[in-house]
Amino acid sequence: MIEIRDLVKAYDDSIVVDGVSLQIAAGGVTSIIGPNGAGKSTLLSMVSRLVAMDRGSVTVDGLDVTTTPGDVLARRLSVLRQDNHITTRLTVRDLVAFGRYPYSKGRPTVEDARHIDGALSFLDLGDLADRFLDELSGGQRQRAFVAMVLCQDTDYMLFDEPLNNLDIRHAVSMMRLLRRAARELGKTVVVVLHDINVASCFCDHIVAMKAARIAAQGTPEEIIEQTILSDIYEVPIRVHEIDGQRITTYYR
Amino acid sequence: MSRFLPAILMIALLALVSLFVGVSDVSLAALANGDGHAQLVLIASRIPRTFALILSGAALAVAGTIMQMLARNRFVEPSTAGTVESASLGILFVMLFAPAMPVIGKMLVATAFALAGTALFLRILRQVPLRSPLLVPLIGIMLGSVIGAVTTFIAYRYDLQQSLAAWMTGDFSGILKGRYELLWLNLALTIAAYVAADRFTVAGMGQDFTTNLGLNYRRVVSLGLVIVSMVTAVVVATVGAIPFLGLVVPNVVSMIMGDNIRRSLPWIALTGAGLVLMCDIVGRLVIRPYEIPIGTVFGVVGSIFFLYLLLRSRSRVA
Repeated sequence: MIEIRDLVKAYDDSIVVDGVSLQIAAGGVTSIIGPNGAGKSTLLSMVSRLVAMDRGSVTVDGLDVTTTPGDVLARRLSVLRQDNHITTRLTVRDLVAFGRYPYSKGRPTVEDARHIDGALSFLDLGDLADRFLDELSGGQRQRAFVAMVLCQDTDYMLFDEPLNNLDIRHAVSMMRLLRRAARELGKTVVVVLHDINVASCFCDHIVAMKAARIAAQGTPEEIIEQTILSDIYEVPIRVHEIDGQRITTYYR
Repeated sequence: MSRFLPAILMIALLALVSLFVGVSDVSLAALANGDGHAQLVLIASRIPRTFALILSGAALAVAGTIMQMLARNRFVEPSTAGTVESASLGILFVMLFAPAMPVIGKMLVATAFALAGTALFLRILRQVPLRSPLLVPLIGIMLGSVIGAVTTFIAYRYDLQQSLAAWMTGDFSGILKGRYELLWLNLALTIAAYVAADRFTVAGMGQDFTTNLGLNYRRVVSLGLVIVSMVTAVVVATVGAIPFLGLVVPNVVSMIMGDNIRRSLPWIALTGAGLVLMCDIVGRLVIRPYEIPIGTVFGVVGSIFFLYLLLRSRSRVA
């Protein structure tokens, strides 16, 4: 379980995350939604110790993220931020192999090789394995990063906008993959999402943020609801039941 | 690995040529006949010079690679990051305040200065919003010029400009037995860099990736800075700066085989050693019986390549 207590982060005068407390149960896919600037990414970054918090605490299965040694935590929790600019020329296989670094410390074992091959084929990267990252399209590169995180094989996997740069086919297969990781491998997946319909159709739990605080949380049935969503996004949003899925429309 | 053996043979061949090229006639026949002069030149000058070339070439190329990973920029190396200028300012300080200090102390002071200068460079990079990767070496060259100007002013005041010129222009002609042994430290530093190779590759992916993989980013950067500063200080104190070497070699190797440093570092070290050997031999031959210092030869080769890299990346970005 990820336990977030009274988390605060401020830059200069603007408070980005304002006293957020939240429990994310182990197992399942949890998404964090909300308008731009609601504090979703900052929250995720603090939980994954990429950004230092001003106040509050985060524990992952009882391990405090600020005091637990980095290499211990790296075997429990992995994170992928959005907009990753890597200037080093690495092949896809090398990048994915670095996901094993917390275990192998640079001396990969047979077990590591199995994880690497597994992650590559999971993300359909077999043919691209020996290509350099700078020769790939944005979507292919995004899949390579996700494969690296998958290869890290942690109980908790955090993603900030993992669908960036992905076309419909790869976006859907990415979400199916995350759900499979949760169902079949017992992983806990936390994703920041822009598209509420994706959150509605693929997630077990939804956390909605607005203005640095948590506005609502619950199952998709509870959160994907006209008044709650219209209030959070400040536009009229209608919810339709189509083929057993809750789909929102807000274009007209 | 199969291509590794020919590469080592190539270096060995260049080293052999280096042993037998020079003003004094050192030939196999002379040595076999027990020519005392030839033996003396070989042992006191040619062998130390050849080792010095290999040790500085390999270490400088490796230092350049580490700098590029830490700054996450292709165009950075000790001579475009203020490191060389800081090291020579350090040596100048020793000459002024403790001229009797042994060479190892001189090197340590130079290392401390180089460390401070390079850390300052990385700090500036963090503060300045970088809109273009080309700004990074520009900032480094500017910082180096400022430090260089201070150094030149002090040297001018105390009549030490000739010594300063010696540190700023790499020249192996003065290398003699007993005056280059400090360079063996570079071997240890190169090996240390190889041991930590994966850390530097990870650091090259940025702070977030490094943290995610359980490494302490600051610690990796500090380790890298110490290696880079020490290599630079040792080379500046013994043979003088060889600009652009740490830029040309890592970039060429990266183009061919990528940036997984565990794999590429042996090639970077070998290419660095080979290139320096070659340029030094050329410098010895062009205006025989005189010599062109390697700093000058490589300055020409390196700056042309640097321009090529800049232009290539511009056409790619644009």
